[in-house]
Amino acid sequence: MSWLDKLLPPKIQRDGARSVKSMPEGLWVKCPSCETALFSTDLSNNAQVCPKCNHHLRINARERLDLLLDAEGRFEIGADVRPVDSLKFKDSKKYPDRLKEAAASTGETDALVVMQGAMNTLPVVAAAFEFDFMGGSMGSVVGERFARGVTTAIEQKLPFISITASGGARMQEGLLSLLQMAKTTAALQRLAERRLPYISVLTDPTMGGVSASFAFMGDVVIAEPGALIGFAGPRVIEQTVREKLPEGFQRAEFLMEKGAIDMIVDRRELKAKITRLLALMQALPADAFQAA
Amino acid sequence: MKTTFLDFEQPIAELEAKIEELRYVQDDSAVDISEEIDRLKKKVQGLTKDIYAKLTPWQISQVARHPQRPYTLDYIEAMFTDFHELHGDRSYADDPSVVGGLARFNGQACMVLGHQKGRDVKERTLRNFGMPRPEGYRKALRLMHTAEKFKLPLLTFVDTPGAYPGIGAEERGQSEAIGHNLFAMAGLTVPIITTVIGEGGSGGALAIAMGDTVLMLQYSTYSVISPEGCASILWKSAEKAPEAAEILGITAPRLKTLGLIDKIVSEPQGGAHRDPAAAAQTLKKALAEALRHLADVPTEKLLKTRYERLMQYGKFEEQAA
Repeated sequence: MSWLDKLLPPKIQRDGARSVKSMPEGLWVKCPSCETALFSTDLSNNAQVCPKCNHHLRINARERLDLLLDAEGRFEIGADVRPVDSLKFKDSKKYPDRLKEAAASTGETDALVVMQGAMNTLPVVAAAFEFDFMGGSMGSVVGERFARGVTTAIEQKLPFISITASGGARMQEGLLSLLQMAKTTAALQRLAERRLPYISVLTDPTMGGVSASFAFMGDVVIAEPGALIGFAGPRVIEQTVREKLPEGFQRAEFLMEKGAIDMIVDRRELKAKITRLLALMQALPADAFQAA
Repeated sequence: MKTTFLDFEQPIAELEAKIEELRYVQDDSAVDISEEIDRLKKKVQGLTKDIYAKLTPWQISQVARHPQRPYTLDYIEAMFTDFHELHGDRSYADDPSVVGGLARFNGQACMVLGHQKGRDVKERTLRNFGMPRPEGYRKALRLMHTAEKFKLPLLTFVDTPGAYPGIGAEERGQSEAIGHNLFAMAGLTVPIITTVIGEGGSGGALAIAMGDTVLMLQYSTYSVISPEGCASILWKSAEKAPEAAEILGITAPRLKTLGLIDKIVSEPQGGAHRDPAAAAQTLKKALAEALRHLADVPTEKLLKTRYERLMQYGKFEEQAA
């Protein structure tokens, strides 16, 4: 155990141990875009961005929060909130079995991790989706953790940041999952009423019920390069309109051109960018924060 | 108009055909067969009652999509007076799959808003099968704000397979349009009463459905995804739609049990399309009651109650870490 690990509160230590998704050392990973074989440690050290072609690979929720939040003084919100199978949902598999499998493969208990912490010493609440947990789908637990995060931000007068990676609502919870769209967005409406900043970061992919609720309600909406962002999935659209979709359709750059987002930011510059934006939105002096 | 019968209604259709036949015979017959006709009519009623008493969720979703089911404009015509339709989103187009405007309900000024499907091929295309594009939602948003400005209660009617999944819709920000409506409705300072009259299809439905009171017609459905969509994702086959309908919990009684809607409004025997006037009359009573309950609630309390209602959506457990 390193000296840093010893300093961290027990919760964060456990969190680190839980991110089984991060690759074991010495593994080679092929970049899905340029197909270069990359050493996984190099990739981790480069925020899961391909050093050759700058392709932004998907990244898990805790790794994401590690990149954005300062190491000191964070704590998790709503970790105790756990999913239940209210519909007794079963297709080819039972919902509880799907939950168990997702938990085993990700080390998470649901598809959202919310933390209060600081970005370059500026206090914030941040919520990051875990795409590997059932496609980052939004059910009751995601909605509740999100709402608790926003409520904490309201109570402590803090900005709120969401980082989305989700296929949409979680079918296995039926209408209840649809209503999470209303719940999360209503929480943010209260945040907005109190003039607290909300920054939404759209990453690959941000679709369906997550895209069509809070994701575009940010005071600033940021996307990662190349991220797929939209309401309906490309396949559904293709089947509906029966024509080939234009090149780059629903990609971050396409949304930028259509005026749907404010900016595209490289993952490695995201923390610095958001910190500066937050300082400006809270009318803080330029030296109000300290970069690590 | 001749009634269109659904697959599971075939026994009813056969009897109805027989009655028709007898009526025709009776016209130029010396024998009085009216007794026989009455007997058959009673039989039809009994049969309809039996069939409708045990509809499966999948059959209910067929009734919800019945081509003769009353649509928003039919209900507006039947329940409201002095209706003035307002058009357009003021920035791109008028979307005919969303209709709305100023009207009177029992004399009281209000704003009405709903999805609109088409009756014949031409109108169906015009209304895009009730699937709005972003401009439809932005028109809705505009009318919500107009309602708020003039302190008019907002009555919304939900009947859509879902928001339109098209290239243009994506280019013009379908997600943002829906999200923006949810955001606006969360803080709207006038009462919102939502009725699901047919299909409540996912986010495209929710975008006008965040009511302080949410009613559902007896044979309407409200779902996160269509049974066909769910089946093709989870079973890789749209033919499993009946199973999906069962498991998704999309019917009014099921959603009432789950505590996600407030009230079921009963429909005439055989569905609203068998007697649209009676259906409208029952709904009108339910709406009047809902309005009465919300009429004198101070704005602050209205918003607080709405917020608490939205925040309690969710089933989960809390485990000590």
